[in-house]
Amino acid sequence: MKTDIILCGVGGQGILSIATIIGEAAMNENLYIKQAEVHGMSQRGGDVQSNLRISSNPIASDLIPLGGADVIISMEPMEALRYLPYLNKEGWVITSSAPFINIPNYPNIEDIKAELAKLPHVVAIDIEQLAKDNQVPRSANVILLGAAQKALGIDYDKLEAAIRRVFARKGDAIVEANVKALSIGREQQG
Amino acid sequence: MMEKKLLLGDEAVALGALHAGLSGVYAYPGTPSTEITEFIQLHPLAKERKVHSRWCTNEKTAMEAALGMSFMGKRALVCMKHVGMNVCADPFVNSAMTGVNGGVVVLVADDPSMHSSQDEQDSRFYGKFAMIPTFEPSSQQEAYDMMEAAFDYSEQQCLPVLMRVTTRMAHSRAVVEVKDEARKENELNYNAVAANWVLLPANARKRNDKVTAQQAQLEEDAANSAYNKIALPFGGAGRGAASLGIIASGIAYNYVKESGVDVPILKISQYPLPKKLVRQMLDSCEKVMIVEEGQPFIEEQVRGVFESQNILGRLTGELPRTGELTPDSVAAALNEELRVKNEELDINSQLSTLNSQLVVARPPQLCQGCGHRDVYTALNEVLKEYENPRVFGDIGCYTLGFLPPYRAIHSCVDMGASITMAKGASDAGQWPAVAIIGDSTFTHSGMTGLLDAVNEKANITVIISDNLTTAMTGGQDSAGTNKFEAICLGLGVEPEHLHVVVPLPKNMPEITRIIREEINYHGVSVIIPQRECIQTFKRHAKERKQNN
Repeated sequence: MKTDIILCGVGGQGILSIATIIGEAAMNENLYIKQAEVHGMSQRGGDVQSNLRISSNPIASDLIPLGGADVIISMEPMEALRYLPYLNKEGWVITSSAPFINIPNYPNIEDIKAELAKLPHVVAIDIEQLAKDNQVPRSANVILLGAAQKALGIDYDKLEAAIRRVFARKGDAIVEANVKALSIGREQQG
Repeated sequence: MMEKKLLLGDEAVALGALHAGLSGVYAYPGTPSTEITEFIQLHPLAKERKVHSRWCTNEKTAMEAALGMSFMGKRALVCMKHVGMNVCADPFVNSAMTGVNGGVVVLVADDPSMHSSQDEQDSRFYGKFAMIPTFEPSSQQEAYDMMEAAFDYSEQQCLPVLMRVTTRMAHSRAVVEVKDEARKENELNYNAVAANWVLLPANARKRNDKVTAQQAQLEEDAANSAYNKIALPFGGAGRGAASLGIIASGIAYNYVKESGVDVPILKISQYPLPKKLVRQMLDSCEKVMIVEEGQPFIEEQVRGVFESQNILGRLTGELPRTGELTPDSVAAALNEELRVKNEELDINSQLSTLNSQLVVARPPQLCQGCGHRDVYTALNEVLKEYENPRVFGDIGCYTLGFLPPYRAIHSCVDMGASITMAKGASDAGQWPAVAIIGDSTFTHSGMTGLLDAVNEKANITVIISDNLTTAMTGGQDSAGTNKFEAICLGLGVEPEHLHVVVPLPKNMPEITRIIREEINYHGVSVIIPQRECIQTFKRHAKERKQNN
């Protein structure tokens, strides 16, 4: 198998914890992994992205070529659109539908939603609202991960097991909240 | 026994050093090198062995302390970003003259495309310039493996080793096979020979002759290095003249592999450039494309100063002249050269037609609640009363004060240049001349400039915006915390023109009054707005909550 994933959002939204869970699941399956991250200045409220590549064969480049990504997982709808040139023609976009507006010229959100709706394979959900409604307010990003499960090509049970390992030292309550968030996300992928 | 770990390139370097019997890491934070020292600071083995890992005041003090540890026979690692090499250039270049006793590895993380930097200088030139052997890993696994090799080689050759990584190596994770045991640290010894380490001209001349003569051996070692090798097409079946061969170094090698081309490839990960291997490539290929991350370091050496039809790369336009390489720019250059019509290789046929015109830029900005915001608000309010104020900025989060809504600074050059440039501007007749510098940048390279200003009673106003941390790189300890008033007074700043304020909206009247009074004072004034970085404040609050 080979899945090339672009994780994106705004600095501080926690895209790297999604990457950690996917990485843990892939590592446990003895898959090859490369994950290029962005650290430093752009983390201060700017756009951030991470290239995550998992494969059963060795991976050469840390970066995903244009048109090569199988999935875009985005914590923010406009940020999902930013990386479209990296998506392959049959690729999936899994994104939060709630805008993060910290710039004066943020586009009209209805235009962004319309643009997203034109894509062949897209899941756009209000993860923040779902997280609040389901009493897992800190696990919105894991809801997004659950919604991406099929597109990632990783078995649900393996993602859940990875969550249990990644959050184990934070206590049972946090583990269970994230497991619940994953299942809420799964139901959203239709 | 080996075990598998998912590690950042920086972490692979750090663990490689610990497993190689490291006794001390010396560093100043700088993207993309910071995580090396942080990893060592938190590692149980480093704690158990009491490996030195506290942050240094700047890269020069780091390099010199590492030389001291080497002098006593132990292994030391120095880490910095590329522009830090300029700060420690003096001890770095001279370390080839002194040589080493315990092994020394100088790890420098270059930042092509300037993700978080003010230039994209290529540190390999420093290695050549100083006649110091240079390693350039192409994968996280090599970064780990090469660290022990570099320490061994440093001790074998009695020279430091420069290890060069770039952003995409430093900040990318991969699965790395690591040992589950570490080499013992070196014992303290007195083998360092004073005649080598006292660089009086008579001593230094001897060492210079020795190191110059050593270069042939270093090149021979590079030619025989397991990290430098020629791979022929079809697993070696493709002997005979090839139309195109590739010389690729460091991480650029991966982009060549990603493209899938099957042509002769010379991979370079150890310098001096092994001419013997380059000659083999030139003799067996009609043309050679040189693919390297950074400046055309190999390309210039292979071409010399003359034009050549047969050497392709960044200088001839096949690859972009500046900026970091990508799998796309490398594949495009190779496709063009090989005229590949093959679907798999032709990236244009794969290119997604998807894109959106709606997307706008989202530049980084100062955090909500950040004290620098209040400092700029106050400064801008006062400065609009003057005809042509000039504000000299510095390196840190507060450089973002250049962007809207503040548009508050007129320069940012290098660590510490705010104070010295304000002084030079004042010398030229400018008033008001204001310097704004962060706490960590001030102790890194601002203190000496302030002494110059005090000694000449320069007509400048210095704002040390103190957020109690090195914020830009993620909140590392700042060398001068709680010492700034004492430092300024010690340098001769007049007590009545030294003020500490708390940058909060409710204190605006007091802060603007003080800034105005001190601009109008003819001499050096220092104002220290002091409030903890909002990011470290949140982190500390969370830690306190977890501990309760």
